Amino acid sequence: MKLTLWTYEGPPHVGAMRVATAMKDLQLVLHGPQGDTYADLLFTMIERRNARPPVSFSTFEASHMGTDTAILLKDALAAAHARYKPQAMAVALTCTAELLQDDPNGISRALNLPIPVVPLELPSYSRKENYGADETFRALVRALAVPMERTPEVTCNLLGATALGFRHRDDVAEVTKLLATMGIKVNVCAPLGASPDDLRKLGQAHFNVLMYPETGESAARHLERACKQPFTKVVPIGVGATRDFLAEVSQITGLPVVTDESTLRQPWWSASVDSTYLTGKRVFIFGDGTHVIAAARIAAKEIGFEVVGMGCYNREMARPLRTAAAEYGLEALVTDDYLEVEKAIEAAAPELILGTQMERNIAKKLGLPCAVISAPVHVQDFPARYAPQMGFEGANVLFDTWVHPLVMGLEEHLLTMFREDFEFHDAAGASHHGGKAVAREETPVAPAETAPAATSDTPAAPSPVVDAQARGEIRWRPEAERELRKIPFFVRGKAKRNTELYAAHKGVCDISVETLYEAKAHYAR
Amino acid sequence: MSLDSPTFGCTDSPVRRERGQKAVFCGLTSIVWLHRKMQDAFFLVVGSRTCAHLLQAAAGVMIFAEPRFGTAVLEEQDLAGLADAHKELDREVAKLLERRPDIRQLFLVGSCPSEVLKLDLDRAAERLSGLHAPHVRVYSYTGSGLDTTFTQGEDTCLAAMVPTLDATDAAELVVVGALPDVVEDQCLSLLTQLGVGPVRMLPARRSDIEPAVGPNTRFILAQPFLGETSGALERRGAKRISAPFPFGEEGTTLWLRAVADAYGVSAEKFEAVTAAPRARAKKAIAAHLETLSGKSLFMFPDSQLEIPLARFLARECGMKTTEIATPFLHKAIMAPDLALLPSNTALTEGQDLEAQLDRHEAINPDLTVCGLGLANPLEAKGHATKWAIELVFTPVHFYEQAGDLAGLFSRPLRRRALLNGGAA
Repeated sequence: MKLTLWTYEGPPHVGAMRVATAMKDLQLVLHGPQGDTYADLLFTMIERRNARPPVSFSTFEASHMGTDTAILLKDALAAAHARYKPQAMAVALTCTAELLQDDPNGISRALNLPIPVVPLELPSYSRKENYGADETFRALVRALAVPMERTPEVTCNLLGATALGFRHRDDVAEVTKLLATMGIKVNVCAPLGASPDDLRKLGQAHFNVLMYPETGESAARHLERACKQPFTKVVPIGVGATRDFLAEVSQITGLPVVTDESTLRQPWWSASVDSTYLTGKRVFIFGDGTHVIAAARIAAKEIGFEVVGMGCYNREMARPLRTAAAEYGLEALVTDDYLEVEKAIEAAAPELILGTQMERNIAKKLGLPCAVISAPVHVQDFPARYAPQMGFEGANVLFDTWVHPLVMGLEEHLLTMFREDFEFHDAAGASHHGGKAVAREETPVAPAETAPAATSDTPAAPSPVVDAQARGEIRWRPEAERELRKIPFFVRGKAKRNTELYAAHKGVCDISVETLYEAKAHYAR
Repeated sequence: MSLDSPTFGCTDSPVRRERGQKAVFCGLTSIVWLHRKMQDAFFLVVGSRTCAHLLQAAAGVMIFAEPRFGTAVLEEQDLAGLADAHKELDREVAKLLERRPDIRQLFLVGSCPSEVLKLDLDRAAERLSGLHAPHVRVYSYTGSGLDTTFTQGEDTCLAAMVPTLDATDAAELVVVGALPDVVEDQCLSLLTQLGVGPVRMLPARRSDIEPAVGPNTRFILAQPFLGETSGALERRGAKRISAPFPFGEEGTTLWLRAVADAYGVSAEKFEAVTAAPRARAKKAIAAHLETLSGKSLFMFPDSQLEIPLARFLARECGMKTTEIATPFLHKAIMAPDLALLPSNTALTEGQDLEAQLDRHEAINPDLTVCGLGLANPLEAKGHATKWAIELVFTPVHFYEQAGDLAGLFSRPLRRRALLNGGAA
């Protein structure tokens, strides 16, 4: 038993719903009680889908417990087939039905329907949403795809895009465009937009593009074995990764790399002098493994931020994430405990958070700017405009999205210069954001504070400081704390942390104004 | 009198009873407003990842404060041996109360999985109450989808509190049902002006101002979905004042009059207190009449507010009721509202979603009230919809909200007209 306030992922059957809802002519039948239908609104409200998800529920109640529930499932399967006449169906248990003894596989076989009915194994008490999507897609591909003759021209399948995915709709369009430039057509894009009959044709592509390892890797691996199709390992998010991806495609297909970078603006936007102020900004990155690994590379190498923390909530991606984190000298945070993420962010004192909707909550609480880079999603993550994360346009989008939450360059300078201005100060917020400016809070100087003039090297030895030293704690003298507060908020975290690191390194536990400026000189760059 | 002017009264109308796929929330959803209403309470669902995900989806991830609800998510090892589950629960509760010392009431909320596993949360609540008394009182109730629909979760919650309320012989009035703070204040002000009192609220904003109950207690429901709570109060000797629910000018007046009659308030005083707000309510509703009058109304089952709201929309806004469905029809509690509903209303209890969608398509109403899962798909098919959860999340009771309530229904119609280039 584990206490959860917010969750990064839903249960596995929601993953199955994401696959089914992305597809056409497939009906998913879920065996569960009333209330499980809540998940429909994720698709109709958050993603603004204009049709009900193709999901039927058996909807059992307390009075059916015992023998009736199996009959309800059988009826639901028969009714769904009769009403929707799908090319195939899938059937799964939700968490409550998993505790009953009903056998969806036996029940669906007994019905003897004229279409494939794919039973899904989705262990609700040990696995989560991404697993559910990945496993559902794998099971469908395994049931329907067979080895086939390749298409005469070079084609590929795009694997992993689902309903309720973070910008999947636009990523598919962007990757399709990238491949078209190289003369490669998309055979099937799945699950997004595919029918069961399309899945039967997967085998005729020359290779697979694994867009989202979270939801498509098991299917890609199955196709690699069953249909001898290689799949791409690079996810084209960011300029560098997009170029690497095209090189990988070239290697697989033997076709030369052909690109059209005429609309790629991100490198110049990064290089232009207005962006100088972005240099070394401390950024904390959290989300699903794929998006975090890509974001860290962009942050560090394409925008010039300093990555001070990174982590993911999906344990399946722990290994590649740890490898990537090591490149930045970091220990990866792998957890789905929102409070643990909050603690890590607070400790890292970043100037920008790149995260999920959860981290937006954390950012709001800590007063930090934040941009969303990964699911879990909210209605705002489904913009009306074209806003891919992948490919060259994706790189443009990411630059804009990540810079927008920050205070603008020149404004940042003015805030630094005139720290005591009562109207124009950091707590007033960035000028290009909404929100009413608030007057600066005066911090009164307590008259009793007669700070000893000792420098950091010769700490005065009042007993509390000695105690603190004995406990290995670092204390800020009041006047040093006041000086720290004069530093604008977007660099205050960095200054505080650097000073404490410097003090710890020097064996000083009593931080004075001098320590602060010695640390500043020490870390000057 | 024109031929189609309606006659009223559905008391003996036939009710279509359906079972099948339901597009409704389970009772856990009511935690979303209960945890805001009771400021020293924490709601701990003992359930699955699905329960946690439902609460998050219903609440939106946009509540930035740390919520006063959470889910103790059952894991594989909990399914193996149930003795352990109780120990685990004790540990999680201890951790939680340590982090939130401001919590004075803890609700253990049963879910579908905890019910199927026969996890005895009543026993757990008793044990935990003993462990954490007197600082924290621990209750248990079910919000499981096997037993409860949406707002019924508030009913099972309040019903669980009734046996623990202090006993009293005082002749107090208890208003039952979680109301938005602004509505609660207006309600108390009206009752005070009528000279009725002392008045207590169930649930109270804090546990230390909870009502006491006894043979001289009278109570009136402010929400129509509180059948079990009503029964529990009656078992403690309290007497229910029966009335239509306080939606709209008419509903509010009849509700207040039922109380006034029980307390012997004079007609003059009643008139003096209610005349001005009644006039305001009528005026505010009138602003929406042009949009709503003569329009047909279809309600999918959702919040259990359907019957009193249909009564309001038919009688005060001139709408024509077609099918009005409700998850559960408590005939005794609904009797005063049913008596006022147009007699040609088609009443449905329960749901068989696909069949109901077919009937809806055939009726093709001007306005459809439905849940969030159905709203956009129906809009895309050309139907104007009002999603029902807003009716539960918005102050809609009593005189000063009567215009806002009408506005919730007129806005979708006005909006469609605006987007289609015309005025409503």
